[in-house]
Amino acid sequence: MLEQLEGSQAVARTIGMCRPEVIAAYPISPQTHIVEKLSDLVRTGELDPCEYLMVESEFGAMSACIGASAAGARAYTATASQGLLFMAEALYNASGLGLPIVMTLANRAIGAPINIWNDHSDAMSQRDSGWIQLFAETNQGACDVHIQAFRLAEQLSLPVMVCMDGFILTHAFEQIDVPDQERVDSFLPAFEPQQMLDPADPMTIGAMVGPEAFTEVKYLMHAKQLQALDQIPPIAAEFKEAFGRDSGGLVRGYRTEDAETIVVALGSVLGTIEDVVDELREQGVKIGALAIRCFRPWPIDEVREALKGADRVVVIEKAFAVGAGGIVGQNVRLALSFRQSNIFDVVAGLGGRPVTRRSLGALFEDIFEGRIEPNRLHFLDLKTDVIEREFSRLEKGQKPGPNAENILRDIGTVASGSH
Amino acid sequence: MAEQQIKGYQTGTFVVGNRLLDPEQRSTQARTERSNTLTSGHRACQGCGEALGARYTLDAAMRATDGNLVACNATGCLEVFSTPYPESSWQLPWVHSLFGNAPAVAAGVAAALKAKGREDIRVVGQAGDGGTVDIGFGCLSGMFERNDDVLFVCYDNEGYMNTGVQRSGATPPAARTANTKPVGPEPGNVFGQGKNVPMIAMAHEIPYVATATVAEPRDLERKVERAMELRGARYIHVFVPCPLGWGAASKDTIRLARLVKETGVFPVFAAEDGEVTEVSKIRRHVPVTEYLKLQRRYAHLFKPEVNTEVIERLQAGADRNIRRFDLLATDEGADFPGEATDQAGELHDESGTPPAPDADSNTTMLLKETHGNPR
Repeated sequence: MLEQLEGSQAVARTIGMCRPEVIAAYPISPQTHIVEKLSDLVRTGELDPCEYLMVESEFGAMSACIGASAAGARAYTATASQGLLFMAEALYNASGLGLPIVMTLANRAIGAPINIWNDHSDAMSQRDSGWIQLFAETNQGACDVHIQAFRLAEQLSLPVMVCMDGFILTHAFEQIDVPDQERVDSFLPAFEPQQMLDPADPMTIGAMVGPEAFTEVKYLMHAKQLQALDQIPPIAAEFKEAFGRDSGGLVRGYRTEDAETIVVALGSVLGTIEDVVDELREQGVKIGALAIRCFRPWPIDEVREALKGADRVVVIEKAFAVGAGGIVGQNVRLALSFRQSNIFDVVAGLGGRPVTRRSLGALFEDIFEGRIEPNRLHFLDLKTDVIEREFSRLEKGQKPGPNAENILRDIGTVASGSH
Repeated sequence: MAEQQIKGYQTGTFVVGNRLLDPEQRSTQARTERSNTLTSGHRACQGCGEALGARYTLDAAMRATDGNLVACNATGCLEVFSTPYPESSWQLPWVHSLFGNAPAVAAGVAAALKAKGREDIRVVGQAGDGGTVDIGFGCLSGMFERNDDVLFVCYDNEGYMNTGVQRSGATPPAARTANTKPVGPEPGNVFGQGKNVPMIAMAHEIPYVATATVAEPRDLERKVERAMELRGARYIHVFVPCPLGWGAASKDTIRLARLVKETGVFPVFAAEDGEVTEVSKIRRHVPVTEYLKLQRRYAHLFKPEVNTEVIERLQAGADRNIRRFDLLATDEGADFPGEATDQAGELHDESGTPPAPDADSNTTMLLKETHGNPR
């Protein structure tokens, strides 16, 4: 049944349908509404039997999920930004131990400078943590992908991170079809742990592993991620059959047939990109978009296949590797390394800066007109004058003070929303 | 081992071992059905106090729970020496996650068991002092505050022994470690304010807090049993000498664990809901030097000359413990089964005539006895 719901409420209710047995969470914007709602559902007994641990930190949250999952319970948490970094050590531990924890990441920028708004620097910072990373484009997608995430995690005994853009999705009200319990139950069977702390069958989990076996254990982690590439599409297909919606999967093309230019992106910005694609198509520009729905494991063959006909690839990414360049762009290059390609790596939407149709339109025009070099890192809507003034302050040789505060003073008071 | 002559007055005490005791009073370690939770074949050093502490604790917990026990271990010596892949010395379901998260992992296991209706299975978290008082402290405090149904055990050997004997928040003042060497104006570890985790645990008003040493396994077992009778967050802090890290003889592990209590350096007590419910009285009060001089980590306090000032400060700390916990026995008579001390020390003591018990011990006088004239 369609309801007008905030994204976080819808996701929380969907998580509830997935019958988690242990939830451990620590508050951080913009994840809070999800875990607040889940707290309500646990306190009122709607999720019985489910335990909710209000832990002292994100490190504690992931650690409690590790314990719960190792004890055979379906475990869930949610976090964002600094919280993800604070649990980083435990993230690697959960994946290394092969524990099927599901976590929502309400994507938010990482400081300093401190910033609560959306980008993907949190998810990208943990791209090599051994977690599967799925990206939702809409709130409906976020709900649907969470159900598939539990299924995938438990099939492979691997942790899965469902990324949804903070505020843009978590705090947006939209029409959402929250799935009903019966259908979720038939899609998502009860958790059958592949390893479990059980006095009836005692086992040691988390032993010291030396050079003689470490490579093989790590290899198996990689092999399981590649297995996920095989298992994600059938799970999405089965989901579509059961729920009637095309959610999940590895990648999703939009008007890519005969496209000379394909824009690659992750998450909610696809909505805006598709609007621009529509506009340009009307003008006769052969352009399409490719949504990366699964970033880890990296669906290299699917990306290559989707981009094979394009002369130009524009990667719009909400994070970058400082000192190196684009992150998604590097992965796209990996997929296209067999051929010369015009790959434009564009950083956009950092720290919540809106990615507008106008900016994207101007960017694509610059690219079509050859005003932007491929294979270099570009920043969408970069305020170059502000940068230049800060550089000139630095060159004056005095004690320039902190960059962020200098720039804020330079820009002056800005009304909310006019970034 | 040479057979030990049992004297008539020792019957009715635990000194006689188990032979003359009622079966019910026999220690877990002496029972044929002992679970050997940490079984032989592990790679701990000779004389390792932590291996003893873990075995005593977990065997007692296994007995108390009829084998329905899960252990969550922090990174550290205990984890490393017990699990070199693919061997494991653990005979119970056991998980190691990270250095600083054992209390949270244990809380997660307890939550899972509750959700699954398996609260008959109990959970023990365990760590060394680094994993407890330093890197795991946030998770530990959170677990206490939420009153999660976990018994957390700290095996305190007063330093980061696994990484090569560095100072931890539990390293005592003046002790030499790899990063508090006896060099500079303040040789050894500095005098800080201390970090008394048993008392911090009590400040959380959790159901049960106790301290114990590996010198008194029966006392430790009894405390573990009491802890397993209760639900909620429980904490036992076990003093476990480390021969390697302390520069002590392997044969002196039990002796040191006994002396730390008999000097007042480590008060042995239990508390329920934040209130002290019992203390193990000192049976034969000895000066701290008796404890210090067996350990090379304190050698710089005695050579090349005796550092009276530092020794007096250490003695003052022990005296404060004695006052605070009222540790001196008013009646020096024999203890009885069920009480927390034994007399084995009297039989093995090699140090000659013990000094007269004295609540206001005079360090200078004692130093004259043991080390000649101080400077």
